[in-house]
Amino acid sequence: MSAPAQRPEDLMGLSEDEYDTILDIMGRDPNFTELSIFSVMWSEHCSYKSSKFLLKTLPTDGPQVIQGPGENAGVIDIGDGLAAIFKIESHNHPSFIEPYQGAATGVGGIMRDVFTMGARPVANLNALRFGSPDHPKTRHLINGVVAGIGGYGNCIGVPTVGGEVNFDPGYNGNILVNAMTVGLAATDKIFYSAAAGVGLPVVYVGSKTGRDGIHGATMASAEFDDDSADKRPTVQVGDPFTEKLLLEACLELMATDAIVAIQDMGAAGLTSSSVEMASKGNVGITLNLDDVPQRETEMQPFELMLSESQERMLMVLKPGREDEARAIFEKWELDLSVIGITNNSERLVLTSGGETVADIPVPPLVAAAPEYERPWTATPPREILGPDDVPAPFDLGVALLTLIESPDLCSRRWIWEQYDHMVMGDTVARPGGDAALVRVHGTEKALAISTDCTPRYVEANPVEGGKQAVAEAWRNVTAVGATPLAVTNNLNFGNPERPEIMGQLVGAVHGMGAACLALDSPVISGNVSLYNETNGTAILPTPVIGCVGLLDDVNQRVNAAFQNDGDTVFVVGDTTGWLGCSIYQRDMAGGSAGAPPPVDLDVERRNGDFVRASIAESRLTACHDVSDGGLAIALAEMAIAGHLGAEIDHKPEIPVHAWAFGEDQARYVVTTGDPDGFAAAAATAQVAVTRLGRVGGAALTLPGAKPISVEGLREAHTRWLPEYMGTR
Amino acid sequence: MTAAVIVFPGSNCDRDVAVSLEAALGHKPLMVWHGDSALPDVDLIVVPGGFSYGDYLRSGAMAANSPVMREVISRAGNGTPVLGICNGFQVLTECGLLPGVLMRNASLKFICRDVDLRVERADTVFTSQYTKHQVIRIPVAHHDGNYFTDPDTHKALEDNGQVAFRYCAADGSLTEEANPNGSLANIAGILNEAGNVLGMMPHPERLADPLLGGLDGAPMFSALAEAIAA
Repeated sequence: MSAPAQRPEDLMGLSEDEYDTILDIMGRDPNFTELSIFSVMWSEHCSYKSSKFLLKTLPTDGPQVIQGPGENAGVIDIGDGLAAIFKIESHNHPSFIEPYQGAATGVGGIMRDVFTMGARPVANLNALRFGSPDHPKTRHLINGVVAGIGGYGNCIGVPTVGGEVNFDPGYNGNILVNAMTVGLAATDKIFYSAAAGVGLPVVYVGSKTGRDGIHGATMASAEFDDDSADKRPTVQVGDPFTEKLLLEACLELMATDAIVAIQDMGAAGLTSSSVEMASKGNVGITLNLDDVPQRETEMQPFELMLSESQERMLMVLKPGREDEARAIFEKWELDLSVIGITNNSERLVLTSGGETVADIPVPPLVAAAPEYERPWTATPPREILGPDDVPAPFDLGVALLTLIESPDLCSRRWIWEQYDHMVMGDTVARPGGDAALVRVHGTEKALAISTDCTPRYVEANPVEGGKQAVAEAWRNVTAVGATPLAVTNNLNFGNPERPEIMGQLVGAVHGMGAACLALDSPVISGNVSLYNETNGTAILPTPVIGCVGLLDDVNQRVNAAFQNDGDTVFVVGDTTGWLGCSIYQRDMAGGSAGAPPPVDLDVERRNGDFVRASIAESRLTACHDVSDGGLAIALAEMAIAGHLGAEIDHKPEIPVHAWAFGEDQARYVVTTGDPDGFAAAAATAQVAVTRLGRVGGAALTLPGAKPISVEGLREAHTRWLPEYMGTR
Repeated sequence: MTAAVIVFPGSNCDRDVAVSLEAALGHKPLMVWHGDSALPDVDLIVVPGGFSYGDYLRSGAMAANSPVMREVISRAGNGTPVLGICNGFQVLTECGLLPGVLMRNASLKFICRDVDLRVERADTVFTSQYTKHQVIRIPVAHHDGNYFTDPDTHKALEDNGQVAFRYCAADGSLTEEANPNGSLANIAGILNEAGNVLGMMPHPERLADPLLGGLDGAPMFSALAEAIAA
């Protein structure tokens, strides 16, 4: 081992112990380029070193799973020789520093992850979390993030069909931008990243490499402080036009059999793509850095290896197929350069100017990456509150109007109208419903997609909150009639070196795992984003779930809009009036407190399966999941969507405000023209249903409240966001 | 009765309009790559929506100078119907087939939503299955759809009856509120003087399938199919 005196001052985010391991692996001092490579490969962002032991506990298998976690994206079988390929990924840190480019490149990156696998992207979604509307940066951040998502997705021509937006002061210094892409491919045309075989050409395609995004992965693995704006140069700049060309060129080449392996250059750029391909293929790779297309002069080896310039891919081709590939990329006006070759050395060797500038054994670079089981403390349990423990409003109707106008419950139309949500001509259910529905092109099938998380529940009880995120996404997919098949997760947390934060992560992953198992929805891909803190204040724990389901016959779907005068309204599931951690309590009754609603996974499963079967039997005319804001908000949303009121004559046995705004789980509001048949089917299925009233008229009448006109509800619902943003 | 869809780098509604054309024509249209200077003999040319050349320089400006556009201009001069939708409309103004320009939306934001259009001309190959002053619902999805031209050109457009569609309220009235992008005189689509070239910002191909929420776009494609079959 080398003398400690030679230890560099800047370990690039690596710990002293990690540096010692590198000395063991190399048997000498690493040079600057090599140390840079270890630094990014072993960053939290690339190595998952704090979360790996937890992620291993998640269920990832099932008969529908073709590829679970570990590739660019997960793959599920949707029948008829087709696969859905999807993943969610965060771009939190860059989006806070530079919202337009941060969000845009987040969208670009996740789409590349999906089309690298051979899929044509067919839908984008975004789970966004902003700080308090009163915070001076919030408006600017919303504007930039929404414009960035639209700017990228609209241009490439993939519809942005859904997502979610929440506000909380916990995100004032660290917003969350999680982007999800779903793509479609033939099951026999899926591409992987293992570079199996020696003597094969390693080919670089796409944009030229510049100095943007160097150490982006390292930035994403540290907390923010007051100087975080100085990190602006580490944010990448996106070019959706080039990505569109790259997409078409890759799909055109994928239609041949020239590709052995392909990997997107995302975080840590050329480093992680080449190391992943070599590691998975058990081969070595030698790259000549002089052949990397460059858009700046005199780039150093470490800059070329760490650049996160966008819209680039690394491929391993069958020998002799380079010219065929080049012709396709030239047609699309993109660079293609053979930059290396595979060999049996199992080493990553980099040359430049005829000299070897780095030489690292690949297996230990990957396998010896540190893993930590950091100390953690469980979140202390909170007191369970009864319906009477949370004060009633002065007027139930006024409370409903106030809540439906509030930042967390108001219409997101201002946002999704800036996204092209219809391009590709298959968006059957547009944004604003429970789950987006995207027809599988040329078939009668559709994919149902939803992203969900309720961070205030996770903060109060990470295990129940983790379960709830899965359950709500599953419920949203169920509510349109689809069968949930699998999920992707994005674990956004603070600094895992703090035991209470690590405790949140541990609890949430356990809860998620239990829910995924009970609801037959394995985790097939995901992303972990830690160190979401500024000056020591962490975000709310936000483990976002993206769920994808299949609707076999797109004609057998429902949405949340009241359809017919005279239909009977039911709620499926028990209503106990659980106000702890509810939106009502937080916004109108003194702040979030108490335990969040528990998730009974057996009941969740039974109720959901019953609702889905009822939709398949054409028994329901409308269906809406009950979530934030409880029954009153669900009913109001159904009235607004259907331009039709309802008279709720049910007499609750609990305090009416708890009945109206409680957030008990596993519930759906449904309407039917066959109330007796529906009730009988529910009894047979041993599912609790309660008749609430009937659809009709121009007003919503709730127990204990004066009728509220549907128009008045709509005005309240659509008022806040455009006014806040200052544009119509 | 063949139709061609011109495909530029960055076109992204080419497949969507091809689906609508196939439904109306009963067979697939030809997809013609922009670099091909030879355009097959066709009865209808469609310049689709999207972001040709990434909207760099100006929307439609670079595509307007593609080799294939010289041929499109020549065919239009010979009377072949040419339909430009969204970015296609921008390309047709940039290449001089249609007057005026499409500026950034007055809101400065991209806007994607259904809008109501009043049919101003029901006697063209594109609109013969609508009735004059019928109100139809068609989505827009654009950042640069704010139609503008100088007063003399505008007067000529109106005098010649070259305005094909205007943004309107549900009752057909031409209000400022119904104008999504600030276009002059609520103009959503215009014809050339001869009436065989139509450019429009709204996307008729997006509401030509009942599953997608409406059918008001379908009559345009069936009218074209009928016209070129005749």
